[in-house]
Amino acid sequence: MATTNSRTLARFMLLPSVILLLAWMIVPLCMTLYFSFIDYNLLVPGDKEFVGFLNYEFFLTDPAFFESFFNTLYLVTGVLLITICGGIGLAILLDQAIWGRNYVRIMVLAPFFVMPTVSALVWKNMLMNPVNGLFAHFAIWLGFEPIDFFAQMPLFSIIIIVSWQWLPFAALILLTAIQSLDREQLEAADLDGAGPFSKFFYIVLPHLSRAVTAVILIETIFLLSIFAEILVTTSGGPGYSSTNITYLIYTQSLLQFDVGGGSAGGIVAVIIANIVAIFLMRLIGKNLEG
Amino acid sequence: MTIKDSRRSKLIYTIAAWTISGMIFFPILWTLVTSFKTEAEAISASPSLFAFDWTLENYRDVLSRSPYFNHFWNSVVISLGSSLLGLLIAVPAAWSMAFVQTKKTKHLLMWMLSTKMLPPVGVLIPIYLLFRDFALLDTKLGLVIVMTVINLPIMVWMLYTYFREIPNEILEASRMDGATIGEEIFHVLLPIALPGIASTLLLNVILSWNEAFWTLILTAANAAPLTAFIASYSSPEGLFYAKLSAASAMAIVPILILGWFSQKQLVRGLSFGAVK
Repeated sequence: MATTNSRTLARFMLLPSVILLLAWMIVPLCMTLYFSFIDYNLLVPGDKEFVGFLNYEFFLTDPAFFESFFNTLYLVTGVLLITICGGIGLAILLDQAIWGRNYVRIMVLAPFFVMPTVSALVWKNMLMNPVNGLFAHFAIWLGFEPIDFFAQMPLFSIIIIVSWQWLPFAALILLTAIQSLDREQLEAADLDGAGPFSKFFYIVLPHLSRAVTAVILIETIFLLSIFAEILVTTSGGPGYSSTNITYLIYTQSLLQFDVGGGSAGGIVAVIIANIVAIFLMRLIGKNLEG
Repeated sequence: MTIKDSRRSKLIYTIAAWTISGMIFFPILWTLVTSFKTEAEAISASPSLFAFDWTLENYRDVLSRSPYFNHFWNSVVISLGSSLLGLLIAVPAAWSMAFVQTKKTKHLLMWMLSTKMLPPVGVLIPIYLLFRDFALLDTKLGLVIVMTVINLPIMVWMLYTYFREIPNEILEASRMDGATIGEEIFHVLLPIALPGIASTLLLNVILSWNEAFWTLILTAANAAPLTAFIASYSSPEGLFYAKLSAASAMAIVPILILGWFSQKQLVRGLSFGAVK
């Protein structure tokens, strides 16, 4: 029934969104690409010479890049492991008949709504501080030496904080998926004498695979860009031991004002994110058809 | 026999669920409790969960000694402003994609999604320089623009999935009756889609309230919302736990309450409809 008239109108209604996103994506991205090929430091006035791939060479051969690349890898995989395993466990538990299920759900979900700077500072000071933190009090009470989390294991501490923030998301998505599981199938398995483990591995886990993939990909997109948690806890240190790629580019760009180097880093980050994004788009694209 | 068994397993599951969820919720509970302690009690080596002299002193201090209300207001303006502006732009786009589908619709949706995957550091320098040149650094307007654009794909997607569930026949009937497109949207579509639009708005307010990359980078004393203001508590070490808790509590409680209302939409919005 759509007339040509409404088709034209429909196009006009799309325009603002398309133009805005295009302007946000294409214009700055082209500028970043351009900056990445010139020698440009905000502190050094004067000529912006074309230097070819020199910025990339410096960025990619910098030991700090390797360290932050692996830190990013550990951060993403560490948080994914904790949140997926914890999320599956929580989803199964919350799917059972329990008293006060709504209250439990609310408590589990709560950390997701806490702003990153608050959760990082609360964990850093009130829980993980080696002198006044709750964990330190607890360790002393048990007769152990308190751990200086951010000095001894900075990256691991950040992994814990970020996992706490993302566990609710994984649990909620997986719970939604588990609730769509066909109960008759489980009952049939019961009749056939299947134990809890075989039910989990042959029925529940395969049913969850799609949701797990979605959680992995969505979390990865966000986890690649972790920034605030690092800024307020360790500032990337000691040394580069808790610097991820996002934080490294931030320091190069806005603390050292190295526009060229920071831009080359930005393009590298875009390429890494694209590799993840391609898989995510495939997954969601399939869902659009189905 | 079986009834007794199932009651026992229910009890065991209940205890397990409450214990684990209590542990997950504990840092928030601890923050709320500490915000009512004195600074001395807050760092006490034998901390207490309830047995202490409750005081509102920290809230008074935070509110009077820092421009807390300014930052709170910045958060409100930025998150609500960007969400409303986003709706204004996203509703027509989602309407057009949901009801006037073409072959390109799917590609367009996927492309919008792909912009969400662009890492912020990929555009960090140009945005910073452009903001500097247009005098948008440390302004609320600048952040409203950024938040609108970065959340636009999620808004369009969420609205699109809600609009798709509205039967086309209703719109066709209104067209038969000679309704213009404007009338169709305002008198037919919007009333039906109101719950979907409301939850889209809610989720976006939450996301922009908690956004902590661009707010930290593009603002200073003037336009800093709560995410950036709270970050300023990271520098001084020492006796400030109770005040940090009070400032944090005021920053997270409003959004916790909103969040509890929007848990179902959260799944839909953040998984881009991959999980419903």
